[in-house]
Amino acid sequence: MEIRSHEILFVGGGGAGLRAAIAAAQVDPKISIAVVSKVYPMRSHTVSAEGGAAGVAKSDDSLDEHAYDTISGGDWMCDQDAVEAFVREAPQELLQLEHWGCPWNREPDGHIAVRAFGGMKKKRTWFAADKTGFHMLHTLFQTTLKYRPITRYDEYFVTRLLVDDGRVQGVVAIEIMSGKIQAITAKAVILCTGGCGRVFPFTTNANIKNGDGMALAQRAGAPLKDMEFVQYHPTGLPFTGILITEAARAEGGYLINKDGYRYLQDYNLGTPQAQPVLRSMELGPRDRLSQAFVKEDQKGRTTPTEYGPVVHLDLRHLGEKLINAKLPFVRELCMKYQNLDPVRELIPVRPVVHYMMGGVSTDIHGGTPLAGLYAAGEVACVSINGANRLGSNSLPECLVFGARAGRAAAEFAAGQGQPNGHVLAQAADEQLRLERRYLNKSGGNERIATLREEMQKAVESGAGIYRQESSLKQAGEKLRELQERFQNVGLDDRGHTFNTELISAMELGFMLDVAESIVESALHRTESRGAHQRTDFPARDDRNFLAHSLVRRAADNSLQVEYLPVKITRWPPGERVYGEASQAAAAPEQLKRVS
Amino acid sequence: MTDKIVLEIARYEPDRDQVPRFENFEVPFRKEWVVLDALNYIKDKVDGTLTYRWSCRMGICGSCGMMVNGEPKLTCATFLSSYGRDAKIRVEPLRYFPVVRDLVTALSDFLVKLQKVKPWLIRHDEVPLAAGEFLQTPEQMDLYKQFSMCINCTLCYAACPVVGLDQEFVGPAALALAQRYNLDNRDQGSEQRLGALAHPDGIWGCTFVGECTRVCPKHVDPAGAIQQYKLKAAIEWVKSFVLPRGHEDHREERRKEAA
Amino acid sequence: MSSQAAPVEFHPRWFRKRVSTWWWLGEWHYLKFILRELSSLSVAWFVILTLFQLRALLYGAEAYARFAQRLQSPLMIALNAVAFCFLLFHTITWFNLAPRAMPVRVGGKRVPEFLVAAPNYALWLIVSVFVGWLLLRRP
Repeated sequence: MEIRSHEILFVGGGGAGLRAAIAAAQVDPKISIAVVSKVYPMRSHTVSAEGGAAGVAKSDDSLDEHAYDTISGGDWMCDQDAVEAFVREAPQELLQLEHWGCPWNREPDGHIAVRAFGGMKKKRTWFAADKTGFHMLHTLFQTTLKYRPITRYDEYFVTRLLVDDGRVQGVVAIEIMSGKIQAITAKAVILCTGGCGRVFPFTTNANIKNGDGMALAQRAGAPLKDMEFVQYHPTGLPFTGILITEAARAEGGYLINKDGYRYLQDYNLGTPQAQPVLRSMELGPRDRLSQAFVKEDQKGRTTPTEYGPVVHLDLRHLGEKLINAKLPFVRELCMKYQNLDPVRELIPVRPVVHYMMGGVSTDIHGGTPLAGLYAAGEVACVSINGANRLGSNSLPECLVFGARAGRAAAEFAAGQGQPNGHVLAQAADEQLRLERRYLNKSGGNERIATLREEMQKAVESGAGIYRQESSLKQAGEKLRELQERFQNVGLDDRGHTFNTELISAMELGFMLDVAESIVESALHRTESRGAHQRTDFPARDDRNFLAHSLVRRAADNSLQVEYLPVKITRWPPGERVYGEASQAAAAPEQLKRVS
Repeated sequence: MTDKIVLEIARYEPDRDQVPRFENFEVPFRKEWVVLDALNYIKDKVDGTLTYRWSCRMGICGSCGMMVNGEPKLTCATFLSSYGRDAKIRVEPLRYFPVVRDLVTALSDFLVKLQKVKPWLIRHDEVPLAAGEFLQTPEQMDLYKQFSMCINCTLCYAACPVVGLDQEFVGPAALALAQRYNLDNRDQGSEQRLGALAHPDGIWGCTFVGECTRVCPKHVDPAGAIQQYKLKAAIEWVKSFVLPRGHEDHREERRKEAA
Repeated sequence: MSSQAAPVEFHPRWFRKRVSTWWWLGEWHYLKFILRELSSLSVAWFVILTLFQLRALLYGAEAYARFAQRLQSPLMIALNAVAFCFLLFHTITWFNLAPRAMPVRVGGKRVPEFLVAAPNYALWLIVSVFVGWLLLRRP
């Protein structure tokens, strides 16, 4: 068993992880920092973000307005002290990235350009072409290359956190290349492993988003917060999950059901016009569009395909010229990755899971209740997104809370002694467990892919866009069954060298834990708010539920849910108003934008 | 009766094989399936030992590069249907890299070479954030923008014969990324990069075959970046003779920075 | 400068394929490249031929007549035809590649490559027409 030691350890090398590592290195250039990532950092999912990153930049804007847009968009479940810190630090972080070379788009005079974005009432979204996440990630990655204290462990998969004396003292990780199990001790561990979209069958998320950090934290005793809040985007390709941007509808695309009918008119979203009308029909609120899809499906008016039910986005009437001028990226994505041409064909679309508002519960410095454990980025829930995230807030979230967590962890580590010997015994146990459970096991007749598909189907039908007690309980039962069957999983691959099947099995284990947490939290929240919609409890209930759900795993492996009140500072909860009735509170309709 | 297509896939298990061998798999032939979907089908349903890298499935993470019928491709952007129903599709790991297992290559060498060219913004002076952003007009950004689009997929390394013949050659992507920073008006580090670039293993190793540019899925044009830098490096070399003292001062500065 | 990646110690069994000396025959694109490089030999050929022509001139009318005779042999004609084709290939590939090395910007936008290559072709055409006129006119 190989043991390495560092002062601070980051699990995950995406936007949050890399930013946090740089922040820690800047606190003290002498501390040794490890970044442990299951993929090379430039493969992290941050890379696929397109739209932009919000930060108050222009003189006609104010921090309070950004804060209000965020809080109202989150249906008043955001912790307002965190939001205030976030909106204050976001512009600084984006500027810091610019100083590190990020190629933000510019105005003709050379200043940073900002654009409008769904949910933001002022133009404050910084962007780098339509590849903001890509440029941010590569800028961060290339910047970390110049910091000598940062040691990278590329393609190391963390299987558990080492906890002793009530504090986290390191991790156990598999060096994927060789299959060697390694213990890496540290005085502070920061989880930056991203979200868990792959728990669902239809998602924009990459293969690597399995909720690793969430499960690791929960198994170590830290609670997960707001797990029931899962953000859907109404138009994604059914097979690949690739996002079809709202711009396609803004330019005049129609959403039609299997009869070619523009079905949104049946759902209080206005009447069909030849030209698109703001906040009406196809430009209605995102969650309303997703909900309309579910209802059409229940009525049997969606088109069944081998990838599930879909409706269609019709762009054909826009003509080739307009599509090439205004929607070239939509056309490119459809043709390059799913082999269909929107100029001539209907685009099959359905709501797809995009972002996880919930995650490891942290305070505004990224600290969890478990000493020595921090979290930042999509894996964490601070919470600044509340019940529903505004588009272009998640990239600056990675930066702001990544930096905060990095600094907090560095300060914490400075006051700690060396990890004790007990953790090494834990690490040895872990090695035995992995070998016995997966590699040397005889028998085992469940295939990973089968269990994974059944889990995804159960979670989508039970805890999808609309939930009710019966569907959630059914999903919970199914997940318990899958957890048992997972004990019997059999691998084809028993080798040590680059065993990706082993990694998939462990990711499945993490996903099952996370799925159970989502379902359990959704079951307990008997109200509807933001992204969590209960058909049996359709109203928002501030009296009982202006609070975050916390879900922990007890010693007997059952899940316990309790509540933590939302921190309100300056903005008392208001009405989340739709359509014509709102000018002041217009933000919620344009929620859930691509980030 | 679904249509099927045959994939001929390179396998290599270091515990068992001395050299890679090929194995045939039959997969469903679907219009929207790419080679990566076929690999996933095999791994999920047929043979879980098939090993390869992938993540985003939309051509932005750069994980899934492999040789498909002898050409370096992103397998998430290569449709089965582009090969015709009766064709056999041959899938191999990226050329000129050591093979770790099946379709997985070792990337560590590329990262060492990337580090050598100092691909980060270098400033003589640290400008405080309070001073605001560096001004950069859209025209100034246009100078380097194309070279900033590299997703590090290393298809260019698999296409470049110099990479295959010379282990030390820094390679197209790293050189293009160096040039991306050299041309950024906010950067002041071209002197510092000169050593690694104007070197037999740097730009002078390139013989302008041009294959790197042809296979690049993001149209970065690394060949163009390298040739442009050759011009600049040649001029620098001439300057060092014509203005020897001026050059001396620069070298002193560089020494101070490197310390 | 330390490498930022952790040292990978466990790799005695990576498979490294040897690149054959005949790597350039394996692919059409590689073969085209080698031929392009070899086409510089055709330039050398014509230079040498001209030197021999000058030498023949130096040695008088008889020597020159013998030289002219040799040039008419089928082998020489074939050789010169091939060399000429290679010379064309050399020139065209050179003109097409040159804009890659020298991006030209007008008004902040990059001039498309064929527009940068075009003046080369134009000049070539003009010079060729002029030389052709000089050669074909009545003395």
